[in-house]
Amino acid sequence: MTETISEGSSQIEALSLVPKADAKQSMKDFKSDQEVRWCPGCGDYAVLAAVQGFMPELGLAKENIVFVSGIGCSSRFPYYMNTYGMHSIHGRAPAIATGLASSRRDLSVWVVTGDGDALSIGGNHLIHALRRNVNLKILLFNNRIYGLTKGQYSPTSEVGKITKSTPMGSLDAPFNPVSLAIGAEASFVARTVDSDRKHLTSVLREAAAHPGTALVEIYQNCNIFNDGAFEALKDKERAQEAVIRLEHGQPIRFGAPAADGLGSKGVVRDPATGDLKVIDVASEGAADVLVHDAHNPSPTTAFALSRLADPDTLHHTPIGVLRNVDRPVYDTLMSDQLDTAIEQKGKGDLAALLAGNDTWTVVG
Amino acid sequence: MTSQVSSPAEQADGALVGEQRASGDGGGGKEVRRLDRVIIRFAGDSGDGMQLTGDRFTSETASFGNDLSTLPNFPAEIRAPAGTLPGVSSFQLHFADHDILTPGDAPNVLVAMNPAALKANLADVPRGAEIIVNTDEFTKRPMAKVGYATSPLEDGSLSAYNVHPVPLTTLTIEALKEFGLSRKEAERSKNMFALGLLSWMYHRPTEGTEKFLRSKFAKKPEIAEANVTAFRAGWNFGETTEDFAVSYEVAPATKAFPTGTYRNISGNLALSYGLVAASQQADLPLYLGSYPITPASDILHELSKHKNFGVRTFQAEDEIAGIGAALGAAFGGALAVTTTSGPGVALKSETIGLAVSLELPLLIVDIQRGGPSTGLPTKTEQADLLQAMFGRNGEAPVPIVAPQTPADCFDAALDAARIALTYRTPVFLLSDGYLANGSEPWRIPDVDELPDLRVQFASGTNHQLADGTEVFWPYKRDEQTLARPWAVPGTPGLEHRIGGIEKQDGTGNISYDPANHDFMVRTRQAKIDGIDVPDVEVDDPAGEDGKGAGTLVLGWGSTYGPITAAVRRVRGAGERIAQAHLRHLNPFPRNLGDVLRRYDKVIVPEMNLGQLATLLRAKYLVDARSHTQVSGMPFKAEQLAEVFKEAIND
Ligand SMILES: Cc1ncc(C[n+]2csc(CCOP(=O)(O)OP(=O)(O)O)c2C)c(N)n1
Ligand code: SF4
Ligand SMILES: [Mg+2]
Repeated sequence: MTETISEGSSQIEALSLVPKADAKQSMKDFKSDQEVRWCPGCGDYAVLAAVQGFMPELGLAKENIVFVSGIGCSSRFPYYMNTYGMHSIHGRAPAIATGLASSRRDLSVWVVTGDGDALSIGGNHLIHALRRNVNLKILLFNNRIYGLTKGQYSPTSEVGKITKSTPMGSLDAPFNPVSLAIGAEASFVARTVDSDRKHLTSVLREAAAHPGTALVEIYQNCNIFNDGAFEALKDKERAQEAVIRLEHGQPIRFGAPAADGLGSKGVVRDPATGDLKVIDVASEGAADVLVHDAHNPSPTTAFALSRLADPDTLHHTPIGVLRNVDRPVYDTLMSDQLDTAIEQKGKGDLAALLAGNDTWTVVG
Repeated sequence: MTSQVSSPAEQADGALVGEQRASGDGGGGKEVRRLDRVIIRFAGDSGDGMQLTGDRFTSETASFGNDLSTLPNFPAEIRAPAGTLPGVSSFQLHFADHDILTPGDAPNVLVAMNPAALKANLADVPRGAEIIVNTDEFTKRPMAKVGYATSPLEDGSLSAYNVHPVPLTTLTIEALKEFGLSRKEAERSKNMFALGLLSWMYHRPTEGTEKFLRSKFAKKPEIAEANVTAFRAGWNFGETTEDFAVSYEVAPATKAFPTGTYRNISGNLALSYGLVAASQQADLPLYLGSYPITPASDILHELSKHKNFGVRTFQAEDEIAGIGAALGAAFGGALAVTTTSGPGVALKSETIGLAVSLELPLLIVDIQRGGPSTGLPTKTEQADLLQAMFGRNGEAPVPIVAPQTPADCFDAALDAARIALTYRTPVFLLSDGYLANGSEPWRIPDVDELPDLRVQFASGTNHQLADGTEVFWPYKRDEQTLARPWAVPGTPGLEHRIGGIEKQDGTGNISYDPANHDFMVRTRQAKIDGIDVPDVEVDDPAGEDGKGAGTLVLGWGSTYGPITAAVRRVRGAGERIAQAHLRHLNPFPRNLGDVLRRYDKVIVPEMNLGQLATLLRAKYLVDARSHTQVSGMPFKAEQLAEVFKEAIND
């Protein structure tokens, strides 16, 4: 496959090799003719609409966009996108997408996966994709439950979760996908919520622009098996205290507005432990409040931020881009090695390869 | 080599040493005898460099123009405890002035670098054969380690053999004393001393080895020269010592080889080249997704060297990711390959099923080894046939291609690629440890002779709806091959979704319709059943006079060499026997049923417990008789010949 480079036509480095659309696109262009079959009220609808609505903004040739998914309710996603797509097998989408993205740098490759798909059966592929930094955008639909298999607890379910497979409550501590991703050397990690289309879209925008693997955890409501799992973050009143909206370059403030118009709570570093903690700005002042730096090469603060949330109540959940740093991209490096090999040895000559340098001749 | 054999006597592979012909004095004071073939086995500790020694002798022999066949045999441990029986590593080489088929049953010459090597190999050495032993190692402790209470060199237990006691270590150290190396460093070159001695004994050319050593140790010229010196010292030792009164000539096998340029090649190398060639002939970039496993890793290593051919190699986090990445690349239009051995196939099964459902081209290379589980990583077996055939959930047919000799791995890889690309299907290429590491001369093909494997990607709509709209249907099939279109991302207007859920015929949309599923299952099966494979050829010389043989021996894969050698022996002894060998195990050649029914008896030798025989019985209702061996070693021609004779006469 030859890589089509649309020179200078792109501002976005991650997408510079992907051909642009000839004409302006609309959301409609990204809707496939397939009937959407999620349960009425499922959070997946909102995410689908947000993605379809965002795609025209990228202005990429539709045929150069590919959605690859695993298995689960959320993994039906590719069928509803009018792009190329593959609905694969449980947990393996990051591996399959790695092969596609690393062999076709002219494609914009997206992975859609669930909390079970990405973190149980496919946990290994997820962490390795992240550490390699393949040019993939991974949308992890976290509903903290196995939806498609009808409601067993998942690796993100809170301890003590009562489900059909855990009638006396689940025993295992959950993963925090954002912490996990940061620990796996991810260069881009974000979290957003299905119902906040504006926020979701802004995170997608940054993810799309990121060269390398971007992991976007999307809190998604499964209204059948785990309804209201994220209510603390959605209910207007409770959300003020529960959600910490991160913006690069801005002080990390949240809660009801203080006198300066920003949130009355702030995140500071505890000088005693080095850990992060939440303070009341009115009583303790805003001087020490951290300014969010998503581009900090060190993952330490991003990791500490990811630990602020209480896994049970979701109190103090940071959303937005926690980490966004530049790191060499696997597919670019792979391609560079091919170029270097050609420079050093010349383009492969099959006859010379087959002959080698230790031959003898038999004459009839 | 398999063609142009002159007389039945010469065809008999692995006959006894007694066939050695004396040809009088060859000058230089020592007698030179002419032999038509020789089997040498180098055996030593894993750390003694026996594989390298064998490889070098092989190279010299190949460039001299003999026909040859090799059998490396080594433990799974990188450095098993020194001086123990499990730590013994050996390399057997059979070379001849005529066409041969196997590495030989029994060595004419055993080189034993220590007591363990002697003990582990002696049972294979026929009486009267020559044994060269490194006497320096026959001291109390090394002998006690392997249970020799008295020295076999002195207690008469080797009196039936022609033993050459040589203090290899001492002689090597002595030869290298000018180099100022430590004793330990100098000792390391003793394998080159042994190689030099054997090279003298069999009149091998030496320039190749000297050149090889100088380039291998280019960064340490001191060590290079020490090795060259040890090598020459070994040669001179043979020429001057009285113990070695005779040397041997084995003339080039001119008649065995059709005109052409040749090189020596191992199965894994031939297979790797076959993959590169397939990619060039298909004009598609090669993508390998793989996870290291013996005995397949060499293919990953080899392909990783050829990035200037546009080859991408991806060392994945596990076998599942290896095949997953390959499948992703196949979706993107690459010639995709995954390489592994049996345990890896087990992990890949679910993805192979997905590839069957997606109907994308994909090569699954299984270099079989002893199983079950971890089994015998460095030994050979053919016990993955039924795994390849049936090892998936649901009806998931996959074509199977099996190479029959090391060099044949090249053609088999091209053939597997042809099937995958033409029929848009995953294909199993079933090699094994014996083919992978064994080597033989290969007539280097002319690139112009290679098959054209180019494919046509879908580029536009292929279906008209009732209302006249032109659409693209990802599962609309080619009427002849039943292959579906390969529409790669980046092609405008052909955006489509594929997946592992059952899809509607034609449109590819999700469908749970019972009749559609029944149709799709049968159609996928029909596509594989309809793959174009050549008829199996039967070699039945007795058939020409109208009488024919009553017994057919049918094999597949790497048993070709030993079976053919055994068949020659049986015919040499005046019996009638027909032989056929399968390259395609799924689908079987169309004439196979007729062939089987033509014979009273069908014998199927396999290195498993009868897997092909099971398939033949099920499909053709014939009374195929299994002859099986699962020792991790290839069949011996002599033993097979006995089995065939018994079958003919019972
Ligand atoms: C190999 C395999 N094991 C198990 C399953 C059954 N299975 C399908 S989806 C699923 C869990 C899905 O949960 P999640 O990834 O959270 O997706 P959701 O349905 O919640 O969106 C399981 C266990 C399967 N399809 N394949
Ligand atoms: S089960 Fe839950 S996640 Fe699945 S479609 Fe229904 S609401 Fe959505
Ligand atoms: Mg889920």
